[in-house]
Amino acid sequence: MLELIDVHTYYGNIQALKGINLSVSPGEVVTLIGSNGAGKTTTLRTIQGLLRPRQGKVLFEDRELNVVSTEEIVRLGIAQSPEGRMIFPRMTVLENLEMGAFQRRDSTGIKTDMEHVFSLFPRLKERISQKGGTLSGGEQQMLAIGRALMARPRLLLLDEPSMGLAPMLVSQIFSIIQEISAEGMTILLVEQNARMALTVANRGYVLQTGEIVLSGDAKELQVNETVRKAYLGEE
Amino acid sequence: MKPWQKNVLYIVVIYFILLLGPIAGLDIPRIIQDIVQSPSLLFTQILVGLINGAIIAIIALGYTLVYGIIELINFAHGDLYMLGGFAALTVMGMFGMEDGAPLGTAILPMLVALLVSAGMCAGLNVVTERYAYRPLRNAPRLAPLISAIGVSFIFQNLGLFWGGLRSFIPIMGNTAAAPKSFPDLLPRTDIFQALGIETKIDFTVKDLTVLVVAVGLMVGLNLFVQRTPAGKAMRAVAQNREAAKIVGINVDQIIVLTFLIGGALAGAAGLLVGLYNNTIVFTMGFTAGLRAFTAAVLGGIGNITGAMLGGVLIGLLSALSDQYLSSRWTDAWVFGVLVLILVFRPSGLLGENLQEKV
Repeated sequence: MLELIDVHTYYGNIQALKGINLSVSPGEVVTLIGSNGAGKTTTLRTIQGLLRPRQGKVLFEDRELNVVSTEEIVRLGIAQSPEGRMIFPRMTVLENLEMGAFQRRDSTGIKTDMEHVFSLFPRLKERISQKGGTLSGGEQQMLAIGRALMARPRLLLLDEPSMGLAPMLVSQIFSIIQEISAEGMTILLVEQNARMALTVANRGYVLQTGEIVLSGDAKELQVNETVRKAYLGEE
Repeated sequence: MKPWQKNVLYIVVIYFILLLGPIAGLDIPRIIQDIVQSPSLLFTQILVGLINGAIIAIIALGYTLVYGIIELINFAHGDLYMLGGFAALTVMGMFGMEDGAPLGTAILPMLVALLVSAGMCAGLNVVTERYAYRPLRNAPRLAPLISAIGVSFIFQNLGLFWGGLRSFIPIMGNTAAAPKSFPDLLPRTDIFQALGIETKIDFTVKDLTVLVVAVGLMVGLNLFVQRTPAGKAMRAVAQNREAAKIVGINVDQIIVLTFLIGGALAGAAGLLVGLYNNTIVFTMGFTAGLRAFTAAVLGGIGNITGAMLGGVLIGLLSALSDQYLSSRWTDAWVFGVLVLILVFRPSGLLGENLQEKV
């Protein structure tokens, strides 16, 4: 479904991605783990067309995304819950969700998806007319995921959904991610919380300073010596 | 600010008001006497203030919209409004309008002038954005600001040149730089008198028309921004440009739309001011722009309701200062109030400092 072939991305003259190869098949949950500054967010930004690779290809359902605008990429079916949530602070929860469906014109479909988001996150329904900026961190994360779902994507990109959340909220968010995946959504999950990410994912890639150093089945990665030492904090 | 700093500031402010106030016309017993003697004058001045304030507010919206989206103080905006006035005057000249032309024949030229000046200013603003600001989008903040000042000079010179086209626009003043008389077309029928109410307040059909159009434009803009998808997209871009891109908004398109709307409002304000004050001059954009910009900052730059509130406040303040303080010191009073408000509310009256939670 999604394939990155030898992708090199730069911020100015600084090379952030040094030849990433990665693929996601329909229905899978794939996780990209790695420490701060490894290039995880850069990878998602490149897929979404917010950054352009200087070399290499991003393919989505065999279509090359390198020259496609971000709006068009959203329309093709890739939506993202970005790092730091980036909800619209002075818009209500309802308006934030509506913005997620900005590219869509099927009002009945939007309505069903809205109901679906509210069934996944009943908290958002309670806060429906509250301004996004006044929500708690966990609620903002739910809103960011809900907003991404409102685009009715076929590939959902999640950038560090656990960042800055209390442990209880983290497990709540992850169980919802599992729920979304169980409904058939394809997910590319970027996480620093490798333990949680590997429990919900089918496969994983380990990113280190812009390069993929390890990849494989999530269960295998969980027991891999290097991963355990470097990312799971085990001896 | 530390408490003692605040106290020092209070003392300085009070000292200046006591010292400079009387020179600048602050003579409280006389003011009270004036108001008691002729309360209707107070109401008349309030009306004048409201109308001028509404026009300032429309210009202020152009500053605040653009600032909200790309954080640029578009210094050329006041001059754009001036060019709108010239476009409207040109239309009037082409229709051969003169002072006191019957309303029946004046309505069409006024509507055409509204379309032409709003359309021209919208177009000019979009072109300016495309060629003067967009290439500098990722440059340091100061670069587009200097660019805007340059555009402001270009517009002023265009206005000066336009004023010299005498054969083209017969009703203009003598020299290029001279103020041009704008035909007085809106009837000065007193509304209260026509309704049989005995008052000394001057409130004419002309006042009402300008007020209604100005308020209508503001209400329309508010509805547009709050209700329509394009308006919501504008707000989204203003609140978080990256997130707006992520949900699939074409940010460049929204920026163009913002300049288009801001320009159209400036053009409409140019016509309104011509119809209301019956004189336009190529330098009027500078002063009006400064006041409108002040209004936008006063209300909280980037905040639409704030710009409207700021505009009306500045209009009221100027009108009252003209009457009761001293018209020569009006700008000093207006900007003094601005400084005072910003000291205590640095983000303006309605500017929010909503921080995103982590």
